[in-house]
Amino acid sequence: MRPLTVKRLLWTCGGLALLLLASVVLALKLGAVPISVTDLVLDLGRIAIGRADELPTEYRLIVFDLRLPRILLGILVGAALSVAGASFQALLRNPLADPYVLGVSSGAALGSILALIIAPGLALVTPLGAFIGAIATITGVYFLGRREGQLDSTTLLLGGIISASFFSAIILFLMTTLTGRDLRGIAYWLMGDLSTPVSPGMQWIFTVGLVAGIGAIYSTTADLNLLLTGEREAVHLGVDVTRVKLVVYVSASLLTALAVSTSGAIGYVGLLVPHAVRLIFGSDYRLLIPASALCGAIAIVLADTLARTVVSPTELPVGAMTAMAGAPVFVYLLRRGLR
Amino acid sequence: MSTPDTFAHAAGGREEQPHRERAVRLNVEQASYAYSVSAQSVPTFTLGATSFQAHEREIVAILGPNASGKSTLLRLITGTIAPLSGRVELDGEETSRLDVRTRAQRIAVVHQESPIVYPALAGDFVLQGRYPYGRALRFAKPEDIEVARNALAQVGAEHLWKRTIDELSGGEKQRVILARALAQQPRLILLDEPTLHLDIGAQVELLERLRQLAQENRYTVVVVTHELGLAAEFADQVVLLQLGRCLRVGPPAAVYQKELLEQVFDAPLDVEIGPAGRPRVNLRARRGEDIT
Repeated sequence: MRPLTVKRLLWTCGGLALLLLASVVLALKLGAVPISVTDLVLDLGRIAIGRADELPTEYRLIVFDLRLPRILLGILVGAALSVAGASFQALLRNPLADPYVLGVSSGAALGSILALIIAPGLALVTPLGAFIGAIATITGVYFLGRREGQLDSTTLLLGGIISASFFSAIILFLMTTLTGRDLRGIAYWLMGDLSTPVSPGMQWIFTVGLVAGIGAIYSTTADLNLLLTGEREAVHLGVDVTRVKLVVYVSASLLTALAVSTSGAIGYVGLLVPHAVRLIFGSDYRLLIPASALCGAIAIVLADTLARTVVSPTELPVGAMTAMAGAPVFVYLLRRGLR
Repeated sequence: MSTPDTFAHAAGGREEQPHRERAVRLNVEQASYAYSVSAQSVPTFTLGATSFQAHEREIVAILGPNASGKSTLLRLITGTIAPLSGRVELDGEETSRLDVRTRAQRIAVVHQESPIVYPALAGDFVLQGRYPYGRALRFAKPEDIEVARNALAQVGAEHLWKRTIDELSGGEKQRVILARALAQQPRLILLDEPTLHLDIGAQVELLERLRQLAQENRYTVVVVTHELGLAAEFADQVVLLQLGRCLRVGPPAAVYQKELLEQVFDAPLDVEIGPAGRPRVNLRARRGEDIT
């Protein structure tokens, strides 16, 4: 892989941003009601010049009030989960780490459900609960995975998987005992689903949180590059390992919490996307983090489009799509790592 | 194989430099340390008070068998752990109190098995040595590249700049790792068992290079090793450790005493003084009657 230059960084990110735009257009077009691309581009143009009111109402309802918010949420969720995954992989020096596999997603889900039970009326209670759940889980799994002061790969992953199923079991228990809730809705949400509408306020919080989280992680990417070679080496080259780990763990947990509290536990995105990005663009984190964010957004937008269309007129939760693609890749990576 | 002449030459270069008048660069003064499972429990390993001083251009060998406290002493010197008592100073400043960045600008550490998993190119690996001088995302500036290239040239490996790490031989890898340490432009270079996986030719080459670099760039070099022969040939001072105790400090000729070394290394040895005034150590096979 060629060494990374600022020029290559900008070109790659620019190219991926265009791809993201293309997949957004595709996602707007496809669905139960098909819409032609030319119309769509013309209409997008109309909106851009501030003449949105000229669009036919029914059409505007489908494309811009139903599909577009969902696509935007998909972008946020995909970027957040992929960056969180890439960050956990660097900190734990384990290519199999991802918020879902480590149990952080389930921890965040449990956190937000518990928060909803304890203080249902409070604003922002779900993301806050999810954040606390995520932080608590990653701390627990980290200490579970330590053996004689060393992070043990197998123990770590097992700890994560066990935590994930434990938390899911508690969530199921809560779901069955709590009455007056839409069970099907929660079941969908647990699988990871983008169809639940998100309030505009939450969208803003998510956007700000995403930018802050990715920004904080991005500021440490040079350190992460050295951390990949080992903590001891990194210290002797001048990396403040404790600070970097704290910043990245907190930011990655925040990103996971934001994604989970709006769309449930969408699995394997944080595993699949950074891995693909690494294969294509190399493992320099200065490129890997922004490229993962963009590719994660593309992946979720496309996966959700598939989820909406393959069994049309009903739809699948997007988490089912990502798990179908992600689980085989996880097994492949695991087998390759064992050899 | 290098001849004794080159060693004599290396030793001769030292005699022209009267070290003792120069300011002390590395001062280890009654430094001790203890590892324990918890604050209350009995320590599982202790390093007793250790003292020695080193000047610029000097090579110090920390010598001892396994579990003698060599790595602990190394960590004390790098400042990653602070001594329980006593002090470890580099140019008058305690190494454990320096912030990580400053420490990396002054002290470079070469580990026994530096894992090179990333990046792919030798040149980029050497550029990692410029990290403590960089800002934010640390895209290499032209002067960083110049320093890194010079570092590779100084270890005689300028041609490796564009090579991928995977295709390097053990000796070449060792040179690239040393070049990264040089790129840090340190005052003190610490090497932990650097000769462990090298064949004898590469071992001698590495130590001769270290001696030459110490002269040219005024480094102080501390080498942790259990290689008696190499320490005798190349070190100005030897710190002899056994089971966490510092037994002797001094020039090889003073430390290398037959009975002492036999006891520390638990092996029958012969020690003789070579033509350059440096001791030679030969392993003597136990002829059956010694084994009890």
